[in-house]
Amino acid sequence: MISLIIFYIISALVLIGSAGVIFSRNIVYAAFSLFLALLGTAGVFVLLLAEFLAIVQILIYGGAVVTVILFALMLTKIDDFRSLSNINYWPVSAFLSLIVLITLILGVSQAKINTQNLGLVKFNDFSNDLFEYWGIPFEIASLVLLVALIGAIVILKDKGNDS
Amino acid sequence: MSIADLFNYMSYVFGLFLSLTLIVLLLVWLERKVLARIQMRMGPMRVGFHGALQPIADAIKLISKEDILPAWTDKLVYWFAPIVVFVPAFLLWVTIPFGKNMVIRSLDLGLFFIVAISVLSVLGLIMAGWGSANKYAVLGGLRAAGQLISYEIPLIMAILTIAILHQSLNLVEIVDKQSQIPNIFIQPLGLVLFFIAGLAELGRTPFDIHHAESEVVGGPFVEYSGAHWSVFFLAEYINTFTISILTVLLFLGGWHWPNIPFSGNLQTVLSVFVVLIKTILVVIVIFWIRATYPRLRIDQLMSFGWKMLIPMAFINVTITACIVYYDELPLWILPILSIILLVLGAVIIQRKFSKNITSTIEVISSKSLLKEKSEVNIN
Repeated sequence: MISLIIFYIISALVLIGSAGVIFSRNIVYAAFSLFLALLGTAGVFVLLLAEFLAIVQILIYGGAVVTVILFALMLTKIDDFRSLSNINYWPVSAFLSLIVLITLILGVSQAKINTQNLGLVKFNDFSNDLFEYWGIPFEIASLVLLVALIGAIVILKDKGNDS
Repeated sequence: MSIADLFNYMSYVFGLFLSLTLIVLLLVWLERKVLARIQMRMGPMRVGFHGALQPIADAIKLISKEDILPAWTDKLVYWFAPIVVFVPAFLLWVTIPFGKNMVIRSLDLGLFFIVAISVLSVLGLIMAGWGSANKYAVLGGLRAAGQLISYEIPLIMAILTIAILHQSLNLVEIVDKQSQIPNIFIQPLGLVLFFIAGLAELGRTPFDIHHAESEVVGGPFVEYSGAHWSVFFLAEYINTFTISILTVLLFLGGWHWPNIPFSGNLQTVLSVFVVLIKTILVVIVIFWIRATYPRLRIDQLMSFGWKMLIPMAFINVTITACIVYYDELPLWILPILSIILLVLGAVIIQRKFSKNITSTIEVISSKSLLKEKSEVNIN
């Protein structure tokens, strides 16, 4: 009963946050709303007994991604974003979002998820699975991150040489 | 979860809040006293026994002060910032044990939880800086973000070595595995890395760059006054205590060392005292450092973090993982390698800084004015 009430509170937070990302005219407010939405998602993960996923969500999205977004926003001129938000691409983005939404709804309604036997996965079992069974995808993901890191350095270095 | 459980947890939260507030009052008094004694002063003496009630008087003064709101502030962000800084500082204590069996919730992912939650306070500092609509505040907020993100990496790496060593992320388990040898004798380098990175995370001297009075006035907190400023203050001292108690639990053996001979309730009470005394000693070292060292410059801070601490932290993790993975290797290799690395790091820092000092002297002496002066002196 109480977990249901908590679920509704958290869902409300996620919805308010997501709405704030879309509707606020101030880009910094949008970033703060994004933080709220991501934190709420972590709360949903906790309710689903996915402790590890919730903590990762807080660590990576709450801590790192939003901080870096804000860092970038505050070092750029706010007027640049005002002109960006007036571009008339909204029908295209609305169409794409609709397709994504329909796909998600269909996918979730078709999937056979067993919600009865939700149980806490031991962290040791989880990490064994991650590094043994899913080892190669994990390594590929980290390789992608490494490539992105080196790419960022290379781009920055070229600019430095020009000036 | 039933209503009774909820009530139980509420009482825990209330007790935690009360004890943390008392600890903060103690720390404020202790800091003023320690600093004063190091500088050969008396410190607060008037209110209560040796000024023991001074922090309470200060708190009453702060709360009764007028709360000033500058005209250009972004009100929503401005009022939310203290909450975003305070809540993570408080939330960490859910899984930190005060003593044997004295923990609200012993999470299996405790250390990971602590790392993740402590990251959140960065956002509060940025919000405070941006919401204040003040150049110095924004600069201070951005400095805080840069500093905290950089020094998180060695901090997490130092925690990771302990997790690798004891094969657990649960703080209670880690402390209990130190009943034979505390980690300081296995991982001296880890302790140094954790402590330095922890100081930087706290933003205490010598890493108090984001609220350096001479550069950015008061950093993100310039515009705050009265009760709202005191919330930041409270969070800062709670964080100081958190880093100290984590140092004790992770490296100094927690409630073991000295091992308590009694059992039952007496053991629990004594274990709390052991942890508390050790923590206070670590806190005093932090205050001592504040009284001793000057502030780093921002570029020195960044180069120290990225060129010294992070490589050393990675080397430390690699060595620890290798020794734990290959069981044939004896454990005593680890402290020896750790001390060698520590000495090596100290030598590198020493060389780099002495080189910088000589180059500064050369630059000064190359200026004609100084040359003439020295020639006059020689003549």
